[in-house]
Amino acid sequence: MIGVLFDGIAYGSLLFLVSVGLSVTMGLMNFVNLAHGAFAMAGGFACVVAMNRYGVPFLATLPIVFVIGAALGALLERTLYRRLYRATHLDQVLFSIGLTFMAIAAATWVFGSSQQLVRLPDQLRGQVRVAGIDFGVYRLFLIAMVAVITAALGALVARTRFGAHVRAAVDDAAAARGLGIDVDRIFAVTFALGSGLAALGGALGIEVLGLDPAFALKFLVYFLIVVVVGGAGSVRGLLVAALLLGVIDVAAKYYVPRAGAFVIYAAMVVLLLAFPSGLFGRRA
Amino acid sequence: MGRSFARLAAAAAAFAAALAFAQEPVKIGVIAPFTGPAAGFGKEIEAGMRAWMKIHGDTVAGRKMQLLIRDTGGPNPDVAKRLAQELVTRDKVDFLAGFGYTPEALASAPIATEAKTPMIVMNAASSVVTTRSPYIARFSMTLPQVSAPMATWAWKNGIRKVYSLVTDFAPGIDSETAFKTAFTALGGQVIDAVRMPLRNPDYAPYVQRAKDAKPDALFIFVPAGQDAVAFMKAFEERGLAKEGIKPIGPGDLTDDYVLNSIGDPVLGVITTHHYSAAHDSPENKAFVAAFHAVAPELGRPNFMGVGGYDGMAAIAEVVKRLGNSIDGDKAMEILKTLKLDSPRGPISIDPATRDIVQTVYVRKVEKRGNEYWNVEFDKFPDVKDPGK
Repeated sequence: MIGVLFDGIAYGSLLFLVSVGLSVTMGLMNFVNLAHGAFAMAGGFACVVAMNRYGVPFLATLPIVFVIGAALGALLERTLYRRLYRATHLDQVLFSIGLTFMAIAAATWVFGSSQQLVRLPDQLRGQVRVAGIDFGVYRLFLIAMVAVITAALGALVARTRFGAHVRAAVDDAAAARGLGIDVDRIFAVTFALGSGLAALGGALGIEVLGLDPAFALKFLVYFLIVVVVGGAGSVRGLLVAALLLGVIDVAAKYYVPRAGAFVIYAAMVVLLLAFPSGLFGRRA
Repeated sequence: MGRSFARLAAAAAAFAAALAFAQEPVKIGVIAPFTGPAAGFGKEIEAGMRAWMKIHGDTVAGRKMQLLIRDTGGPNPDVAKRLAQELVTRDKVDFLAGFGYTPEALASAPIATEAKTPMIVMNAASSVVTTRSPYIARFSMTLPQVSAPMATWAWKNGIRKVYSLVTDFAPGIDSETAFKTAFTALGGQVIDAVRMPLRNPDYAPYVQRAKDAKPDALFIFVPAGQDAVAFMKAFEERGLAKEGIKPIGPGDLTDDYVLNSIGDPVLGVITTHHYSAAHDSPENKAFVAAFHAVAPELGRPNFMGVGGYDGMAAIAEVVKRLGNSIDGDKAMEILKTLKLDSPRGPISIDPATRDIVQTVYVRKVEKRGNEYWNVEFDKFPDVKDPGK
């Protein structure tokens, strides 16, 4: 029972980590960025290349991956994304899904379509036994990462001047501009932040989700479920949604494996019926 | 006078030689995925066919063997059917070959029947495939064929209680059914048979449940590739091996194509399959070397590669006997009684079902140097498809 709960929380943590970038770009900036998976994939490949080609230890790759993802996001934001901020959501969807297909083709061309492999350091492998229950070490690590990112992101958005600017810019760009906030720059930085987080999530996810060019689309449904249930733009909502869905999914697969695959979708439907704008979402 | 006669003779000889060269090539339409996530299927099959030509030459009975490669881009039955139609009507191929996925083979079968074109299946592994057209002969395997012998082996080795975990799609269900039927017939017990969804992001809860059920062995079928990697990681992390639970299953789990990228977690896994790149025979050594020469980027051949090789050998045999007049019905008569010394061992075609009869090997994953291999240590000769 405690084991299942722990696995659920760990799985929820993973969902949180791979979706948090999307929560920033889609939730905070109101841009339907279906290319989120492509940024996550880019982060994964950055991690693989750093480890396998340059011998960088796994933990040291994480900041590198974040920076590469952020730089890539900033570049694409300046050249492509900014043109679509005022476009309809359908245009954004078409644009970002097109970008995703391009990313998949590019990744296949460079890395081939096969599975990439990373070998975690021994400290992060295996299980530790506490009070008679086995806990996966990597899963504990994921939970710790979630705590760090939630705290950092929460503090950034809620307590800093930058965070206040972001919220102002998203709520009413015209008024924010009138107050002298450089909305353009704020959006660029926020998008870079979201892309960096997506890349980080991709790198952290390799061990469990694997990594190949199909990654960009394969888990998109899960990213979207978590962000939608969590409510747009709320880190706290995302965390609660991810953990809740993680526990429900794992428990269902453990106790009723025959129905396990569907329960996460059922949970989504029920939660959205009860909270149409997400658990912690602001009503639009 | 004498000189001019010699000249004439030389010219005649050159003409005759040119005639021989002008013989129509044998056209073989190869339909398989060559792009997308299953690109490996097509690449393995094509490399296997080219490896055959590398060893035996690309000309049979004076006719050049010509491959017309057609990409379906994934499991894509509609595209496969359209390609088969084009190959038959426009390119006038003598053979259809390839077929990575069962649905692609099923969709193309009516075309083979209508055109009376022999269809050489080099992978698609559901039992039903060969029943769909009298012009189909299969040179790969069927999942029941490689799954059922595992039951016999497990029973002989003291395994009594098995927990079955398979991916919830046709091959997984085929595999589960074949194992379960054979194992319970011997008196064994399958304590639970769980089917996991395709594209499952986390195998931990399924593996944990299997562990808590404390079986003697865990019967596993997951598609080769990412799922096999993810599954074996979960298996290792949950420490099932330490509890004495043996991982067993058909060889898809330890496919040569991905074996090295799974690495340590797969060490010691016991599988039944019809081909391992480590198979110890002169035919296989030659095949592995030729395969590596034609497709160095693929590394070593897997079971699809050997399917391509044997399919090509079968086609060559038909061409050798029929020469210039290849006719679908006569070709099938030859294929039905074909026996070959394959890199996997002796194979033959069952005249009643046009399906392959072959040795199924029991193998264990071992590390030799820096590479992982499926090392064969036991075998079941002349296994037919029990699914028919």
